[in-house]
Amino acid sequence: MIEVESLTKQFGSKRAVDNLSFTVNKGEVLGFLGPNGAGKSTTMRMITGFFPPTSGDAKVCGVSIIDNPQEAKTKIGYLPESAPLYHDMTVIGFLKFCASVRKLSGSAKKEAVERAIETCFLGTVARQSIHTLSKGYRHRTCLAQALLHDPEVLILDEPTDGLDPNQKHEVRQLIKRLGQTKAILFSTHILEEVDAACTRALIVDNGKIVADGTPAQLHAQSETGSLTDLFRKLTTRDTEAA
Amino acid sequence: MTSLTIYKRELTSYFAQPTAYAIIVVFLLLSMGLTFSFGNFMRVGDASLEYTFFFWHPWIFMLLAPAVGMRLWADEQRTGTIELLGTFPLSTWSAIIGKYLAASTVWLVALLFTFPIYLTVNYLGSPDNGSILAGYIGSFLVCCTFLAITMLVSACTRDQVVCLIVSVVICVGMVLCGYDDFTRELAKAVSPTVVEAVVSFGVWDHFRSLTQGLFRLQDLVWFASFIFVCLLGTSAILSAKRS
Repeated sequence: MIEVESLTKQFGSKRAVDNLSFTVNKGEVLGFLGPNGAGKSTTMRMITGFFPPTSGDAKVCGVSIIDNPQEAKTKIGYLPESAPLYHDMTVIGFLKFCASVRKLSGSAKKEAVERAIETCFLGTVARQSIHTLSKGYRHRTCLAQALLHDPEVLILDEPTDGLDPNQKHEVRQLIKRLGQTKAILFSTHILEEVDAACTRALIVDNGKIVADGTPAQLHAQSETGSLTDLFRKLTTRDTEAA
Repeated sequence: MTSLTIYKRELTSYFAQPTAYAIIVVFLLLSMGLTFSFGNFMRVGDASLEYTFFFWHPWIFMLLAPAVGMRLWADEQRTGTIELLGTFPLSTWSAIIGKYLAASTVWLVALLFTFPIYLTVNYLGSPDNGSILAGYIGSFLVCCTFLAITMLVSACTRDQVVCLIVSVVICVGMVLCGYDDFTRELAKAVSPTVVEAVVSFGVWDHFRSLTQGLFRLQDLVWFASFIFVCLLGTSAILSAKRS
């Protein structure tokens, strides 16, 4: 469903993503791990068509994001890292706007918006203006936007960031549930989420893959059986790099 | 189709916040105030509205048009919503067109609210309404030109204040460089070719003929191409910023 082929992104002299290749199949939830600045968000921005890659290609359901960006984008639901929203709109107004952009109309649009509100537990704040919402609700509103058109591929950049423990649990359950029928790529800093929600995980560092496997395989790779130790062993720390 | 969705969102946003109302009220106060004070509307008896009313518009637009356009892309970049737009299945062009038309609509509404002056001249005398219409079209085109410049500047920055200041400076330049007093002074210092080049960059040459009721193809082409180039530049800057 997602095929990433030798994706590279160069910012000036810095190579943020270096010849990255991996695939995510239907029914798979791939956790994308790595320290800050490892190139996770850049990779996701390239797959979603926001950044053009310096070289390489990404295919979503067989459609290249380079050759046919419009069609590829219809198949993706994307939650950007900072969960950006139009703060002057209401939750329902924002979701209706996103649905219209996704070319949904009439009863299909109404149903899609209702379903997204229900899935993300936004019923109580649906008519509230977004700037009055707490961070957790804002995050979920942006997540709802990604689910509106029932996409085959979900790309979520730190979907549990800034949520309280209850909300984190709900979102993990949601990812797990959606992952049964979709291909999901999500990035996180929280290593427990690998066990909680992923069927497979990648660890990237300096734009390269340094580990790839199911949670069980990753645990086995670590000498102590702990993912944190594996993560610390494989990735460079910015305190060291200096 | 997607342009229309963007257009509706932007327009709703203008009128959901105080921005549009504030701009419209300030514009009406200034345009009417200037017409009746410095314009000497009552004494001159200028039924075509050329010198008393339309004359002031470029001066007002150069300060107020950027205030409407400054948020168009600067705000998207500051809040990160540009990432949503960039990953929706729509082209940059349809977003640019939708946003641009929404900002223009705010100004169209503002201009339409000056209708009492039209009623007044028709009540007091028998003006050439065709030339008044031409004046309105000229005014609107000047405003659209300034909006296009603002949009181009707002694509370059995420800071609305920077966008406002830079756009105002460019618009003021375009108003001044075609203004008679300025060109007369300039003619003393530089060669006529340079003066002509400077004047052609200004709005007066094209605006004045319209306020006199003249539809010249060259003016319409000038406005249209200026706006088009600015929108094209906006699209180029937005794409360049991502790569």
